[in-house]
Amino acid sequence: MPVIQVQSICKNFGSLEAVKDLSFEVKEGEIFGFLGQNGSGKSTTIRMLLSLIHPSSGHIEIFGQDITAHRNQIAKKMGAIIERPDLYPYLTAKEHLQLFAKLSQKKISASQIEHTLQQVGLSNRASDKAQTFSLGMKQRLGIAIALVHQPELVILDEPTNGLDPQGIADIRHLIKDLAKEEGKTVLVSSHLLTEIEQMAHQILIIHQGKKIAMGPTATLLDPTKSLMKLSTSNDAAAREKLASSEFAAYLLEREEGIYITLPTEQIAALHQYIVNAQIPILSLESKRSLEDYFLQITSQSN
Amino acid sequence: MWSIIQIELYKIYKRPRTYIAFGAIAALIWVIQMGLKIDGEAYAAFLMKDINNTLVVDGKVLNGYLICYILLQLLLVHVPLLVALIAADMLSGEANLGTLRLLFTTPYSRTQWVLAKFIAASIYTILLLIWLAALALFLSMFIFGTDDLFLMKSNYVVLIESQDVFWRYVGAFVFASFSLLTVTALGFLMSSLANNSIGPIVATISAIVFFTILSTLNIPLFNVIKPYLFTTHMNNWKEFFDIQVTDNNEAITGSILNIQKIKTSLIVLSVHIILFVGASVVIMKKKDVLS
Repeated sequence: MPVIQVQSICKNFGSLEAVKDLSFEVKEGEIFGFLGQNGSGKSTTIRMLLSLIHPSSGHIEIFGQDITAHRNQIAKKMGAIIERPDLYPYLTAKEHLQLFAKLSQKKISASQIEHTLQQVGLSNRASDKAQTFSLGMKQRLGIAIALVHQPELVILDEPTNGLDPQGIADIRHLIKDLAKEEGKTVLVSSHLLTEIEQMAHQILIIHQGKKIAMGPTATLLDPTKSLMKLSTSNDAAAREKLASSEFAAYLLEREEGIYITLPTEQIAALHQYIVNAQIPILSLESKRSLEDYFLQITSQSN
Repeated sequence: MWSIIQIELYKIYKRPRTYIAFGAIAALIWVIQMGLKIDGEAYAAFLMKDINNTLVVDGKVLNGYLICYILLQLLLVHVPLLVALIAADMLSGEANLGTLRLLFTTPYSRTQWVLAKFIAASIYTILLLIWLAALALFLSMFIFGTDDLFLMKSNYVVLIESQDVFWRYVGAFVFASFSLLTVTALGFLMSSLANNSIGPIVATISAIVFFTILSTLNIPLFNVIKPYLFTTHMNNWKEFFDIQVTDNNEAITGSILNIQKIKTSLIVLSVHIILFVGASVVIMKKKDVLS
């Protein structure tokens, strides 16, 4: 049974169709990446999952229960951060967690609160008021609020906003651990496509409110062809060999390195061809990024 | 439900803005009490200049009971503005901060949140009124002592024996709590319509001023709607200080001249509270949280 099941939801704001006939499923224990440009309908969709916005039509089930009829029961098992970390400036980090722990209707111990602060790297600022925090620290506290009651489903809308590179890496590891070590289901949206690429099992891409692609990350990155970078001990000889072979049509003109875009099933043949040519291979790696793919399909959609 | 009321009270307690109203009331009362302590006799002589030739008044006219009455006349007009600062910010302030969406993703319904917030705002209002009562009544009784309450109405005077005064203040404060809770409910309704703090506060204060003017104007057109306006009834705490008299014009201890007027006002104010809070619940339940 999927943790999240969205069926044909639409949301209209007056004449604006923010989300159009969107359907998707999120399976238990997976990290589900949610991608889209600004204004594509990501946050509207996430708000509908959290019952902050009522869908104009369609149906949402979470943990197999209708979100409208069983919102309170579902909310006990969910934690979320939505777009930006909004906090009470006059409360400390610890007071925030105590407050939201109480609101979760679960028994959360003081040590659990300490652990959550430690998880997001805020142990040393636990007694400081939120008004003294940088954007990155507010973001960490927002994530801590989402996690303090040990939810089964975590929804994180742009969780790395405002974080420095180390902070982004920390949050990425935290999200991976949540799924891998604690078996939580995580739906995460981000404008940092490489972040999603590095952690999501499934990806949904929406554009102008419509789903334009969805599937396992590996498949989406390589729907028909793979962009490969070949490094050998003698690149000039390798390029010459390839130019006169069946792979010539796939060879790309690049100043540095050997780039080949070819059907995935031919990668092994390419590898074998270079080996047979007795040119030592240093590396053969896929270079197609999610960003390439995202820009490609959204521009096609436009 | 009780736990979210506690949380709302905790947030009110932690918010610096909460204490502005308490400070303002304390400062105003202290200034008036000091002024009357220093120059009260001249003030009393000024008040009684028109009746000094026809009436001989024994005892201490400027006592704690009269000071409290003067303070209430002045402050119960302005305390609603202080109440609006908190009540009109309860929902819109959270929407403005962005924390409303955090609250609405917790395992409590929107109806529970709206009611909890209204109850918390009401407790704040009652505490403010208790603070006002403590300073205006008890502190005045301590500073100026007690005696019979001598009040000058528009075309008659009222003399209430000292032992017959205290319960009237209790009644007046209970009545005032209904008036202020109506303002709290109005502020709350305004708060449910906006996503920023300033708009609902200004709208609440404007509504009070607007309807107070309508209630005061003696124009036949407005006289039709006056009985239904909450502002017409908000100042009827004064009815506790109008006393029945015998045929010999002797005051009847423990009596109220027009108790029906008080009852009617309480009903009208209660209906307004229910309507304002009910409308807030409906609006918030339907609202898309976009902030």
